[in-house]
Amino acid sequence: MAGAENNISFHEMFHIQGGNFTNAGLISSQVKKILKGAGFSGGVIRRASIATFEAEMNVICYANQGTISLFITPNFLKVVVDDEGNGIPDINLAMKEGYSTANEEIHELGFGAGMGLSNIKKNADQMILTSKLGQGTHLEFIISLERKDKLVPLCSSRE
Amino acid sequence: MTVFDIVKSFGLKIRAGENRLGEEVTGGYAGDLLSDVIAHGRKGNIWVTIQTHPNIVAVATMKELAGIILAGGREPDSDTLQKAEEEEMPILVSSLFTFELVGKLYQKGISGTGEC
Repeated sequence: MAGAENNISFHEMFHIQGGNFTNAGLISSQVKKILKGAGFSGGVIRRASIATFEAEMNVICYANQGTISLFITPNFLKVVVDDEGNGIPDINLAMKEGYSTANEEIHELGFGAGMGLSNIKKNADQMILTSKLGQGTHLEFIISLERKDKLVPLCSSRE
Repeated sequence: MTVFDIVKSFGLKIRAGENRLGEEVTGGYAGDLLSDVIAHGRKGNIWVTIQTHPNIVAVATMKELAGIILAGGREPDSDTLQKAEEEEMPILVSSLFTFELVGKLYQKGISGTGEC
Protein backbone atom coordinates (compact mmCIF):
# COMPACT_ATOMS: atom_id res chain seq x y z
CA MET A 1 0.00 0.00 0.00
CA ALA A 2 1.38 3.42 -0.91
CA GLY A 3 3.19 5.26 1.87
CA ALA A 4 3.66 2.09 3.90
CA GLU A 5 7.38 1.93 3.24
CA ASN A 6 8.24 3.34 6.67
CA ASN A 7 5.59 1.44 8.60
CA ILE A 8 6.95 -0.35 11.64
CA SER A 9 6.58 -4.07 11.17
CA PHE A 10 8.32 -4.94 14.43
CA HIS A 11 9.09 -3.18 17.70
CA GLU A 12 10.64 -4.38 20.93
CA MET A 13 11.99 -2.55 23.96
CA PHE A 14 14.63 -3.79 26.38
CA HIS A 15 15.62 -2.45 29.81
CA ILE A 16 19.23 -2.04 30.91
CA GLN A 17 20.50 -1.77 34.46
CA GLY A 18 23.45 0.57 34.78
CA GLY A 19 26.55 -0.96 36.32
CA ASN A 20 25.34 -4.49 35.66
CA PHE A 21 28.37 -5.96 33.94
CA THR A 22 27.18 -9.50 34.54
CA ASN A 23 24.49 -9.06 31.91
CA ALA A 24 26.64 -6.96 29.60
CA GLY A 25 26.00 -7.77 25.96
CA LEU A 26 22.76 -9.63 26.67
CA ILE A 27 20.51 -7.17 24.86
CA SER A 28 22.65 -6.76 21.75
CA SER A 29 22.74 -10.56 21.65
CA GLN A 30 18.94 -10.70 21.70
CA VAL A 31 18.73 -8.02 19.00
CA LYS A 32 21.13 -10.08 16.90
CA LYS A 33 18.93 -13.17 17.30
CA ILE A 34 15.86 -11.20 16.21
CA LEU A 35 17.62 -9.86 13.11
CA LYS A 36 18.99 -13.30 12.23
CA GLY A 37 15.52 -14.79 12.59
CA ALA A 38 14.16 -12.09 10.29
CA GLY A 39 16.59 -13.12 7.58
CA PHE A 40 18.57 -9.93 7.18
CA SER A 41 21.95 -10.01 5.43
CA GLY A 42 25.16 -10.75 7.31
CA GLY A 43 26.34 -7.19 6.77
CA VAL A 44 23.22 -5.63 8.27
CA ILE A 45 23.31 -8.03 11.22
CA ARG A 46 26.98 -7.31 11.90
CA ARG A 47 26.61 -3.53 11.73
CA ALA A 48 23.45 -3.52 13.85
CA SER A 49 25.03 -5.89 16.42
CA ILE A 50 28.16 -3.78 16.77
CA ALA A 51 26.29 -0.49 17.10
CA THR A 52 23.77 -1.93 19.56
CA PHE A 53 26.53 -3.57 21.62
CA GLU A 54 28.41 -0.29 21.94
CA ALA A 55 25.22 1.58 22.85
CA GLU A 56 24.31 -1.05 25.44
CA MET A 57 27.78 -0.89 26.98
CA ASN A 58 27.60 2.90 27.19
CA VAL A 59 24.43 2.66 29.27
CA ILE A 60 25.92 -0.01 31.53
CA CYS A 61 29.20 1.88 31.98
CA TYR A 62 27.97 5.42 32.37
CA ALA A 63 24.26 5.60 33.20
CA ASN A 64 21.94 4.54 36.03
CA GLN A 65 19.55 2.72 33.73
CA GLY A 66 18.19 2.89 30.21
CA THR A 67 16.15 1.35 27.44
CA ILE A 68 16.99 0.12 23.97
CA SER A 69 14.19 -0.02 21.40
CA LEU A 70 14.47 -1.82 18.09
CA PHE A 71 12.19 -0.82 15.23
CA ILE A 72 12.07 -2.62 11.91
CA THR A 73 10.53 -1.11 8.77
CA PRO A 74 10.71 -2.37 5.19
CA ASN A 75 13.60 0.00 4.43
CA PHE A 76 15.60 0.36 7.63
CA LEU A 77 16.30 -0.68 11.19
CA LYS A 78 16.14 1.97 13.86
CA VAL A 79 17.55 1.66 17.35
CA VAL A 80 16.67 4.20 20.02
CA VAL A 81 18.58 4.29 23.29
CA ASP A 82 17.46 6.45 26.19
CA ASP A 83 19.23 6.54 29.51
CA GLU A 84 18.97 8.26 32.88
CA GLY A 85 22.25 9.50 34.27
CA ASN A 86 24.70 12.37 34.30
CA GLY A 87 24.44 12.99 30.59
CA ILE A 88 27.29 14.09 28.30
CA PRO A 89 28.73 17.58 28.97
CA ASP A 90 30.51 17.90 25.61
CA ILE A 91 29.23 15.70 22.80
CA ASN A 92 31.97 16.70 20.34
CA LEU A 93 34.56 15.64 22.88
CA ALA A 94 32.71 12.41 23.61
CA MET A 95 32.71 11.56 19.89
CA LYS A 96 36.51 11.93 19.71
CA GLU A 97 38.27 8.58 19.47
CA GLY A 98 40.24 7.81 22.60
CA TYR A 99 38.37 10.21 24.87
CA SER A 100 36.92 8.32 27.80
CA THR A 101 35.53 9.06 31.24
CA ALA A 102 35.70 5.40 32.28
CA ASN A 103 36.70 4.42 35.80
CA GLU A 104 39.11 1.66 36.76
CA GLU A 105 36.50 -1.08 36.98
CA ILE A 106 35.36 -0.33 33.44
CA HIS A 107 38.93 -0.30 32.09
CA GLU A 108 39.82 -3.56 33.80
CA LEU A 109 37.07 -5.30 31.86
CA GLY A 110 38.38 -3.90 28.60
CA PHE A 111 35.72 -1.26 28.15
CA GLY A 112 36.24 2.50 28.13
CA ALA A 113 38.48 2.61 25.07
CA GLY A 114 36.77 5.85 24.08
CA MET A 115 35.68 4.40 20.76
CA GLY A 116 32.10 3.32 21.39
CA LEU A 117 30.37 6.34 19.86
CA SER A 118 32.67 6.44 16.85
CA ASN A 119 32.08 2.71 16.31
CA ILE A 120 28.34 3.39 16.32
CA LYS A 121 28.78 6.23 13.84
CA LYS A 122 30.92 4.08 11.54
CA ASN A 123 28.41 1.25 11.47
CA ALA A 124 25.20 3.26 11.17
CA ASP A 125 23.87 5.19 8.20
CA GLN A 126 22.50 7.96 10.40
CA MET A 127 23.06 8.80 14.03
CA ILE A 128 21.58 11.39 16.39
CA LEU A 129 22.96 12.00 19.87
CA THR A 130 21.53 14.48 22.35
CA SER A 131 22.01 14.86 26.06
CA LYS A 132 20.79 16.88 29.01
CA LEU A 133 23.25 17.34 31.86
CA GLY A 134 22.05 15.75 35.05
CA GLN A 135 19.23 13.92 33.29
CA GLY A 136 20.47 11.56 30.61
CA THR A 137 21.25 10.86 27.00
CA HIS A 138 19.24 10.03 23.88
CA LEU A 139 20.79 8.16 20.98
CA GLU A 140 19.20 6.93 17.81
CA PHE A 141 20.74 5.32 14.79
CA ILE A 142 19.47 3.95 11.52
CA ILE A 143 20.79 1.12 9.42
CA SER A 144 19.44 0.99 5.89
CA LEU A 145 18.43 -2.37 4.58
CA GLU A 146 19.99 -3.59 1.39
CA ARG A 147 17.43 -4.23 -1.31
CA LYS A 148 18.37 -7.87 -1.60
CA ASP A 149 17.43 -8.53 2.03
CA LYS A 150 14.58 -10.97 2.26
CA LEU A 151 12.22 -10.01 5.03
CA VAL A 152 10.35 -12.70 6.91
CA PRO A 153 7.13 -11.38 8.42
CA LEU A 154 7.59 -10.98 12.15
CA CYS A 155 5.10 -10.80 14.97
CA SER A 156 3.51 -7.37 15.29
CA SER A 157 4.56 -5.08 18.18
CA ARG A 158 5.52 -7.00 21.29
CA GLU A 159 5.56 -4.84 24.39
CA MET B 1 47.60 -21.08 7.76
CA THR B 2 44.58 -22.35 9.65
CA VAL B 3 43.71 -21.97 13.32
CA PHE B 4 44.60 -25.65 13.72
CA ASP B 5 48.07 -25.03 12.21
CA ILE B 6 48.62 -22.32 14.82
CA VAL B 7 47.42 -24.60 17.61
CA LYS B 8 49.90 -27.30 16.53
CA SER B 9 52.76 -24.87 15.91
CA PHE B 10 52.49 -23.19 19.29
CA GLY B 11 51.21 -26.05 21.40
CA LEU B 12 48.11 -24.08 22.32
CA LYS B 13 45.52 -25.60 24.63
CA ILE B 14 42.05 -25.81 23.11
CA ARG B 15 39.33 -24.68 25.51
CA ALA B 16 36.40 -24.21 23.09
CA GLY B 17 35.38 -24.29 19.45
CA GLU B 18 37.14 -27.53 18.58
CA ASN B 19 34.88 -27.95 15.56
CA ARG B 20 35.92 -24.70 13.96
CA LEU B 21 39.68 -24.92 13.84
CA GLY B 22 39.88 -25.41 10.08
CA GLU B 23 39.31 -21.75 9.28
CA GLU B 24 42.03 -19.94 7.34
CA VAL B 25 43.56 -17.09 9.37
CA THR B 26 43.66 -13.75 7.53
CA GLY B 27 45.93 -11.96 9.95
CA GLY B 28 46.10 -11.04 13.60
CA TYR B 29 45.15 -8.39 16.11
CA ALA B 30 46.32 -7.92 19.66
CA GLY B 31 44.38 -5.80 22.13
CA ASP B 32 42.58 -5.81 25.44
CA LEU B 33 40.15 -2.94 24.89
CA LEU B 34 37.04 -4.35 23.26
CA SER B 35 35.97 -1.29 21.27
CA ASP B 36 39.49 -1.07 19.88
CA VAL B 37 39.22 -4.65 18.58
CA ILE B 38 35.75 -3.89 17.22
CA ALA B 39 37.18 -0.92 15.34
CA HIS B 40 40.35 -2.53 13.94
CA GLY B 41 39.99 -6.29 13.92
CA ARG B 42 39.30 -7.87 10.52
CA LYS B 43 37.23 -10.88 9.51
CA GLY B 44 39.27 -14.06 9.90
CA ASN B 45 41.84 -12.50 12.22
CA ILE B 46 43.24 -14.39 15.18
CA TRP B 47 42.87 -12.24 18.32
CA VAL B 48 45.43 -12.21 21.12
CA THR B 49 44.12 -10.88 24.43
CA ILE B 50 44.25 -11.26 28.20
CA GLN B 51 40.56 -10.51 28.69
CA THR B 52 38.69 -13.63 29.82
CA HIS B 53 35.05 -12.57 30.28
CA PRO B 54 32.16 -13.58 27.96
CA ASN B 55 32.14 -10.35 25.99
CA ILE B 56 35.29 -11.44 24.18
CA VAL B 57 33.11 -14.07 22.49
CA ALA B 58 30.50 -11.45 21.58
CA VAL B 59 33.18 -9.25 20.02
CA ALA B 60 34.89 -12.11 18.19
CA THR B 61 31.58 -13.34 16.80
CA MET B 62 30.47 -9.83 15.73
CA LYS B 63 33.72 -9.32 13.87
CA GLU B 64 33.79 -12.89 12.48
CA LEU B 65 37.26 -13.52 13.88
CA ALA B 66 38.90 -16.91 13.40
CA GLY B 67 39.56 -17.41 17.09
CA ILE B 68 40.84 -16.02 20.36
CA ILE B 69 44.19 -16.81 21.98
CA LEU B 70 44.44 -15.98 25.67
CA ALA B 71 48.02 -15.03 26.47
CA GLY B 72 50.03 -15.48 29.61
CA GLY B 73 48.33 -18.75 30.51
CA ARG B 74 45.04 -16.98 31.28
CA GLU B 75 42.00 -19.22 31.38
CA PRO B 76 38.53 -18.25 30.15
CA ASP B 77 35.71 -17.78 32.69
CA SER B 78 33.15 -20.61 32.76
CA ASP B 79 30.53 -18.24 31.27
CA THR B 80 32.96 -17.45 28.49
CA LEU B 81 33.44 -21.13 27.69
CA GLN B 82 29.70 -21.71 27.54
CA LYS B 83 29.16 -18.79 25.19
CA ALA B 84 32.14 -19.86 23.05
CA GLU B 85 30.69 -23.35 22.62
CA GLU B 86 27.28 -21.89 21.67
CA GLU B 87 28.90 -19.60 19.09
CA GLU B 88 31.52 -22.18 18.03
CA MET B 89 34.28 -19.64 18.66
CA PRO B 90 37.71 -21.19 19.23
CA ILE B 91 39.32 -20.18 22.52
CA LEU B 92 42.93 -21.21 22.85
CA VAL B 93 45.40 -20.69 25.66
CA SER B 94 49.10 -19.90 25.33
CA SER B 95 51.64 -19.83 28.12
CA LEU B 96 53.53 -17.10 26.24
CA PHE B 97 52.93 -13.47 27.18
CA THR B 98 51.36 -11.24 24.53
CA PHE B 99 54.59 -9.71 23.29
CA GLU B 100 56.30 -13.05 22.69
CA LEU B 101 53.19 -14.66 21.23
CA VAL B 102 52.55 -11.87 18.75
CA GLY B 103 56.22 -11.79 17.76
CA LYS B 104 56.25 -15.50 17.05
CA LEU B 105 52.93 -15.36 15.16
CA TYR B 106 54.39 -12.59 13.04
CA GLN B 107 57.47 -14.72 12.34
CA LYS B 108 55.18 -17.48 11.17
CA GLY B 109 53.65 -15.13 8.62
CA ILE B 110 50.58 -13.87 10.47
CA SER B 111 50.60 -10.16 9.76
CA GLY B 112 48.76 -7.32 11.44
CA THR B 113 46.16 -4.91 10.13
CA GLY B 114 48.73 -2.23 9.41
CA GLU B 115 48.32 1.38 10.46
CA CYS B 116 45.22 3.13 11.70
